Amino acid sequence: MRLLDVIGPVMIGPSSSHTAGAARIGRAARSLLGEDTARVVVGFHGSFANTYQGHGTDRAIIGGLMGFLQDDPRLCDSLALARAAGISYTFKEVRLRDAHPNTVTLDLTGASGVHVFVRAASLGGGAILIQEIDGLPVRVSGDAPTLIIVHRDTPGVIAKISGALADAGLNIANMQVSREAQGRGAISVLELDACASESTITALRAQQGAGRSPASFGAAGQSPALNDIIRVTWMCG
Amino acid sequence: MPKEDSIRAFIEECGTGDLAAYLISAEAAETGLSADELRASMAERWDVMRASAAAALESADRSLSGLTGGMGARLYAADRALPGGETLRKAAAYALAIAEYNAQMGRIVAAPTAGACGILPAALLTAIEQRAGHSPVLNNNIPQELIIDALFCAAAVGRVIASRASVSGAQGGCQAECGSAAAMTAAALTILYGGTAAEMEHAVAFALMNTMGLVCDPVGGFVEIPCVFRNVMGVGLALSCADMALAGIKSIIPADEIIDAMREVGDSMPAQLKETGLGGCAACPTARACARG
Repeated sequence: MRLLDVIGPVMIGPSSSHTAGAARIGRAARSLLGEDTARVVVGFHGSFANTYQGHGTDRAIIGGLMGFLQDDPRLCDSLALARAAGISYTFKEVRLRDAHPNTVTLDLTGASGVHVFVRAASLGGGAILIQEIDGLPVRVSGDAPTLIIVHRDTPGVIAKISGALADAGLNIANMQVSREAQGRGAISVLELDACASESTITALRAQQGAGRSPASFGAAGQSPALNDIIRVTWMCG
Repeated sequence: MPKEDSIRAFIEECGTGDLAAYLISAEAAETGLSADELRASMAERWDVMRASAAAALESADRSLSGLTGGMGARLYAADRALPGGETLRKAAAYALAIAEYNAQMGRIVAAPTAGACGILPAALLTAIEQRAGHSPVLNNNIPQELIIDALFCAAAVGRVIASRASVSGAQGGCQAECGSAAAMTAAALTILYGGTAAEMEHAVAFALMNTMGLVCDPVGGFVEIPCVFRNVMGVGLALSCADMALAGIKSIIPADEIIDAMREVGDSMPAQLKETGLGGCAACPTARACARG
């Protein structure tokens, strides 16, 4: 633990888990969507479901989705700002199995129609963990620069990704791969030691296929889009 | 034992040198940041603390839940003789106001948590006001450098508590939140008033022995009642503990051992008493009625 984490962070109250962590989850979800939000359905589980209004968890999630940081005073007014920006939001209570008490689900639709489902937990002290993206299990803390790639489960994809990072001189600190089923949708999460440049991300995105989520694979055996990399998402700060 | 895990260890490692300078240079070596960058980051936190105090005393708003609001400003403006005297009135008013401001979605510095965020700034602001004009050592003003030094010493104390016990109410009860904040604050005050590292350690021990076993029992699950009043408790406690340590009173139990005891007590606390809103103040019939709205 660093000394500036003991006295800190600077944040909008009242709670590091229910407010600051929620804002960070919203911001992470915005990165995962990769564009402005048009519609979102927020599901609150456990302690979040019981106390989200009094803790401003709803405002923090929506503020985060609009890109506000955990210390941005606009978090308090985010619901009005979202309405003014034409963002449609709904809050509901959900009951999840074996979930952390501060868990939230975000069903997001972007301005261009892109869709992402995210499940995340706020662990306390502002720390978060993204646990599921589009039905695939992940563990993303968002503390390090993170590259999240949805791809086809096929030989050579990982080499393609790590090759692009090697070409850019980027070191991989941590890597997880999980898949829906053999030959179908998979997701790779790569934590890096430094932020990737715009050109590295562009190079990876240039290999994106037509599909936008593992769901687009359809039935097994059906051939996916020409390319193996489906979606490249990037979180840095 | 590494300095992250023991107050005694970092004091001994520092030796006879300046404690804050030692802590900052060790932190610089481990983070790759320069001492100046670290000091600048802490100075930003101090600026946010001062701004939160000023905004908090101006605010008469209620919190989102409606349970608190305006009490700190009311105490600050109280127009009658009070038994606690000027210093305690101001310290309590700042702590209450900042804690209420936090509940209104105000911008604060977690120290070490948002729920305990009033204690450290309230004590420092009061101590500085107290000192201005009277100081034989520092003349009219305490230089900002000294405040930053005091904050780094407080952070080092908080880090040991986080490592050896906990600073989370859900894990260790309120002793972990307001107790840790009071201990960090007692440390900061001792350093601010020219105390030695050994005196600082005694001040920390005094604070933590007084909050041992304090449960976390927020009404309705909100960081408000009793939390905002526990911030008042914490600032009064920190001032008294620093006073005792600076007067040369010594704790016979080292701070590190008290932190270990705090951990054992926190581990043995039932879940109802650790930020679930089910026990303590939260379980009172009136509290349950409030929580239902």
